[in-house]
Amino acid sequence: MNRSILISSALHFLLIVITAMSLPFLAKKPIDLPPIVSVELIQITDKTNIPFAPKAKKTIEKIKEKEKKLVSEQAPPKKVKKIKPDAVPMPDDKIKKIEKIKEDKQNPEKIDNEVKQVSEFEKDELFDPNNIAALIDKSKEESAETVNKTDKVSQDQQKNLDISGLSLSEEDALKAQIFGCWSIPLGLPYNENLLVRIKLQLNPDGSVSQSEILDHARMNRPGQGFYKVLAESALRAIKLCQPLRVPSTGYERWKELQLNFDAREMLEG
Amino acid sequence: MIRIFFIILLIFSPIKALALIEVDITRGNLNPLPLAVSPLSIDENSRSNFEKILKKKNIGSEISIIVENNLRTSGLFNPLDKNAFLQAPDIANVKPRFEDWNLIKAQALITGKVTFVEEKLRVEFRLWDVLAGKEMMALAFTTVPNNWRRVGHIITDKVYERLTGEKGYFDTRIIYVAEEGPKTKRIKKLAIMDQDGANNKFLTLGNELVLTPRFNPTSQMVTYLSYFRNLPRVYLLDIETGMQEVVGDFPGMTFAPRFSPDGKKIIMSFAKDGNSDIYTMDLENRIVEKITNHPSIDTSPSYSPDGKYICFNSDRSGYQQIYIMNSNGSNVKRISFGKGLYGTPVWSPRGDLIAFTKLHKGKFYIGVMRTDGSGERLLTENFYQEAPSWSPNGRVLIFYRETKTNDKGEGFSAKLWSIDLTGYNERMVDTPIDASDPSWSSLLSN
Repeated sequence: MNRSILISSALHFLLIVITAMSLPFLAKKPIDLPPIVSVELIQITDKTNIPFAPKAKKTIEKIKEKEKKLVSEQAPPKKVKKIKPDAVPMPDDKIKKIEKIKEDKQNPEKIDNEVKQVSEFEKDELFDPNNIAALIDKSKEESAETVNKTDKVSQDQQKNLDISGLSLSEEDALKAQIFGCWSIPLGLPYNENLLVRIKLQLNPDGSVSQSEILDHARMNRPGQGFYKVLAESALRAIKLCQPLRVPSTGYERWKELQLNFDAREMLEG
Repeated sequence: MIRIFFIILLIFSPIKALALIEVDITRGNLNPLPLAVSPLSIDENSRSNFEKILKKKNIGSEISIIVENNLRTSGLFNPLDKNAFLQAPDIANVKPRFEDWNLIKAQALITGKVTFVEEKLRVEFRLWDVLAGKEMMALAFTTVPNNWRRVGHIITDKVYERLTGEKGYFDTRIIYVAEEGPKTKRIKKLAIMDQDGANNKFLTLGNELVLTPRFNPTSQMVTYLSYFRNLPRVYLLDIETGMQEVVGDFPGMTFAPRFSPDGKKIIMSFAKDGNSDIYTMDLENRIVEKITNHPSIDTSPSYSPDGKYICFNSDRSGYQQIYIMNSNGSNVKRISFGKGLYGTPVWSPRGDLIAFTKLHKGKFYIGVMRTDGSGERLLTENFYQEAPSWSPNGRVLIFYRETKTNDKGEGFSAKLWSIDLTGYNERMVDTPIDASDPSWSSLLSN
């Protein structure tokens, strides 16, 4: 009897334990997944990379230098601390100290490493007329380096860009320019298929050497008055916009360009 | 081997073609197109002859001013200041120096020449594309000297059509009801003028009340409603000849009929046996046909430009709304669903829009909607305005607007206004006295 009570109690206890252990798992909410964020992959080129462009690199370097500077600026007071201001120095010591400071100012080589870092940073910022030649030489080296670098970059990207066209920022710059030049003929119907495609041959400076309306035959077809008007307005816009805002590099890439003029969005209001 | 090479070449050649960079230009500026209207050149002999006939010092300049004003009021063009022009009109007409016109930012140039030939006025004009450096159009007209204003309007129409792709609306007239006197005792006369307000003429004396004149879209024929012995009577008036005939007496009619697109029928609404319905009348055999048969009040019918549909006004849903139906009265469909009351629907000559008057919260609006009722746009709002009428190209609306009277009943006026589809180019049309119920004619020179 006792045995069966014991077994029963043990089993009940086990049941309670299992229930206590397992119920929270059952009650647990499903994993709360964050909403899906769509990511559009765009072509990154020297222009798209504005935040990481050399200018940005400079600013990052400046910040880093500033951090260093802050460390080095905090350091000298420790040295000053050694010369206790409370202690009145003997006249000889005073003279020695002044001489030492003078020496420090006149001979930058003698300044300790931390201070030297600060001065080098400042040297970049301040214009030193005695050091122009050195600057020129250095800039030459730097520019040669950057040219090499950009050449490398453009060569790498060229293959991709040949397929994908202009980068987003390059395309935006060109679009924004033409938007300003194109006076849309407001009398055009919004519900007709009016798309004018113009192929351009460009010079390296962005000027147009040749423009060709791809569906030229439609211009002179009867009943295509609206198309003709739109095509003429598009040609006027291109002429007015010359030279076009094209990328400064990769002429081979954009020497031929097709502009598709479509006013429906604007006319529909 | 060569075959294989060509096959490979054929396979890969389209890939190379796809590499052409394409940029979609979907936006532009909506600023009016800057253009230069050079005064039409005139030789001394022609100038003195026209001065004698027309009492105008320089008819060439006068015509160019008409063209310039027309283009400016359209809101689509910005005629540049003549003082900035660098080239003389006579030389510009032969061979413009495009660099000079480019310098003042003109994108198009209008030049011309006026001559006196056998007692007639001969005008030739050219339209130039300044940026492309080429002639876009050259035309010449010969007419009686008194038609000089119309020549200016015709030139504008041609330029407008060449630059916008749609027909102009400048060589047109507007018929309206000229009003004068206190509001309670108004004298109403039928009047007609050019679309720019010039050449105003009164067609009736004002002895009888006239209402809602409507132009025939194919000719210079007009219908209007007049009260004869206190009964509404519909007249048909030929503007060219001045001939007038009675269409019939229609008790219970409040608006004059509108013409069908071919001008052979008229469509109207009147009350019969206490119920207002829509009827058509064949102008040749005068047979009247009932189109709607509904216990509600159906009014203001207007044909679509292809004649297949009719839009009208009805309170069959409880409130005054716009409906469309087939021209035989079948397939009635409500298209306006916005808040407020909708009235006076008029189908655009272009066929894409219906103009209407809307009353909502005590204010009157002139608006447009697509023929299926979508895309409702309210173009203008005022204390009281109604009766929109389309320009023949379906781009501009003319309507009338009344002002509030003060406590003493003074200060009331009614004026004609025009507005284009953008809603930005709103202008008052000058009339010698107060005006209401305008109707725009078709182009005089088709």
